[in-house]
Amino acid sequence: MTGPPPLEVDALLDDPDCRVVVCCGSGGVGKTTTAAALGLRAAERGRRVVVLTIDPARRLAQSLGLRELNNQPRRVAGAGGSDTGGSDVGGSDVGGSDVGGELHAMMLDMQRTFDEMVRAHASPERADQIIANPFYQTISSSFSGTQEYMAMEKLGQLVAAAEWDLVVVDTPPSRSALDFLDAPQRLSSFLDGRMIRLLSAPARAGSRSMRRLVGAGFGIFSRAVSAILGAQLLADASAFVQAFDTMFGGFRERATATYELLRAPGTAFLVVAAPETDALREAAYFVDRLATERMPLAGLVLNRTHPVHAQLPAARAETAADRLESEASSPLAAAVLRLHADRVARADRERRLLGRFRKAHPTVPVVGLPTMARDVHDLPGLREIGDHLARSEPAL
Amino acid sequence: MTSPGWPDELARARLHVVTGKGGTGKTTAAAALALALATGGRRTLLVEVEGRQGIAQLFDTAPLPYEERRIAVAPDGGEVKALAVDAEAALLEYLAMFYNLGFAGRTLRRMGAVEFATTLAPGLRDVLLTGKVKEATGRTDGGRHVYDAVILDAPPTGRVVKFLDVTRAMADLAKVGPIHTQSDGVVRLLHSADTTVHVVTLLEDLPVSETLETVAELDAADLRPGAVMVNRARPARLSSRSVTAAAGGRVDASRVRDGLLAAGLELATDVVDGLVAETVEHAVRVEAEQQARSRLDDAGMPALELPEVTEVGSDGVDLGGLYELAEQLREQGVR
Repeated sequence: MTGPPPLEVDALLDDPDCRVVVCCGSGGVGKTTTAAALGLRAAERGRRVVVLTIDPARRLAQSLGLRELNNQPRRVAGAGGSDTGGSDVGGSDVGGSDVGGELHAMMLDMQRTFDEMVRAHASPERADQIIANPFYQTISSSFSGTQEYMAMEKLGQLVAAAEWDLVVVDTPPSRSALDFLDAPQRLSSFLDGRMIRLLSAPARAGSRSMRRLVGAGFGIFSRAVSAILGAQLLADASAFVQAFDTMFGGFRERATATYELLRAPGTAFLVVAAPETDALREAAYFVDRLATERMPLAGLVLNRTHPVHAQLPAARAETAADRLESEASSPLAAAVLRLHADRVARADRERRLLGRFRKAHPTVPVVGLPTMARDVHDLPGLREIGDHLARSEPAL
Repeated sequence: MTSPGWPDELARARLHVVTGKGGTGKTTAAAALALALATGGRRTLLVEVEGRQGIAQLFDTAPLPYEERRIAVAPDGGEVKALAVDAEAALLEYLAMFYNLGFAGRTLRRMGAVEFATTLAPGLRDVLLTGKVKEATGRTDGGRHVYDAVILDAPPTGRVVKFLDVTRAMADLAKVGPIHTQSDGVVRLLHSADTTVHVVTLLEDLPVSETLETVAELDAADLRPGAVMVNRARPARLSSRSVTAAAGGRVDASRVRDGLLAAGLELATDVVDGLVAETVEHAVRVEAEQQARSRLDDAGMPALELPEVTEVGSDGVDLGGLYELAEQLREQGVR
């Protein structure tokens, strides 16, 4: 199959101008593992890397030395350079322990990141006031979009700290990959306070033109909403907005600056997808969106593929298996043939799905990552994934 | 007749909530269940609440409006309708009903006021969504339920218990008023024998862990776990003894070669090696699946299997595949 060039993972990771790699895709496709494997590989090729994970599986987190949400990067023992502190994991087979790379990892604590932002932007008193507000607590812990916003904020901080050559980011497990790009904007406009002011004091706050626009409907609406939500909630919201008002400008500026960072030349997006209809559809939406936003796409990682290892047509395998089964001989060979036929059918389907994606996105480089027989939750497993990614074999 | 996968108490339930970890095929399982339950002249409603239009994509139709639409005809004369519940539309509907808020709704929506109100109190959104589901489940026409069963394609395992915990959500909201009255009814329905929560999983480590955690959370929240739906189950090809040997890398290549020859296949060494490698990979996987399955068995829940649908011509699950899955569910006792 002719197509775009395969994705050259090592070239990407080695490029000193590449400062940020963002792994995105819909939930359950292996973003976190991919991000960790890329980070490890880059570190073992000599770069100082930090991996920002959002919601890693417990055992993967442990393999990165992350036992709890700590919100601060920690050096991962056994990964990268020489002085990794006598860990028994991996290490010995890594060619250059003198390459000087380092791997750091962290898990996002969104609540703490939000609190720190408030403290950085407001006077101590004001900050205490904001953080104690019940409405703030709702927003910082459960507003859908806070996690994405804080992931971006943390990314901005890590880049600004200039301690690392490369930041690899995993994105929150949203149902849609697009949420990573849209949610911060949603949070921003939610917090700009216009609605809260209108709702809590519609008679005063709305400009005359606004009132003319919505007419009497708004009065009814705001009364109904306060009847449903309760006066206390609106009062809290209103107090929050007043306290937050002074730092809101800084808040929005930061969001804008981080968004710009995603568009900067040192950033590369990797879209991760599984060879399934839904995941590839999400990937396609995201690729289109990146193009619209002029954000740099490095390629698609097609995770959990099932390449065929034996060149034998499925039909021949089935015929031979039928024959063995009817003669009740060689059950092992019959089973081997059946599962080969299953595998060919699966690979064909995966190829068709990828083919459809490629037809719509012919220039996107693709790298395939075969399903690992066992779950990956240690450094050798991550290393193996990195090796596969770097081989740049055709996806299927 | 009681089936181990579908005991009587599940057959009696009227609201089937379907959850699962992202990527396990929750929507497909919910749709197959809706078809299976509609078989034989019954009427079911398949509801989605996350604005994903997953049902429309699965059935390959235009996006669903906020309106119940017939989406499939079930075998032997049943019918499946579908509804995409949208929290904003539900709020406007609600306001129109209780506060006589007329067409100003559209303007408010355009301003973002409705979205604002539904995000202001995170519980409000869930209360509105479950409220609509409750209304459809309880709706009657001439003394008879309009739907024999309602199947809810619910939020994923990580969020489902919070979503169904309407009591907690209401704690954030006003203590009186029509929405409060309505939510009392929702709470009664969700915690009654009329409601059951099925969990879709794959036979993999993480989805199984999440399934077990979710079941424990459901129990703790006094919600009733239903069946575990094992999706993409693969046929057993190897004997269990061969699985153990092959997973340990022990496949007798000469026996395979002899068998192939007996079947008239004379293959090059690298092809035989490839077949052996595929067999080892398969066996390692089967072993992991067996471990996952025994963890599920320990939970003691009824289990249903949805086989993997990969026949030629289908990209993912198409309509034909859905009917096949529904048929499989029927054979396992779903009714």
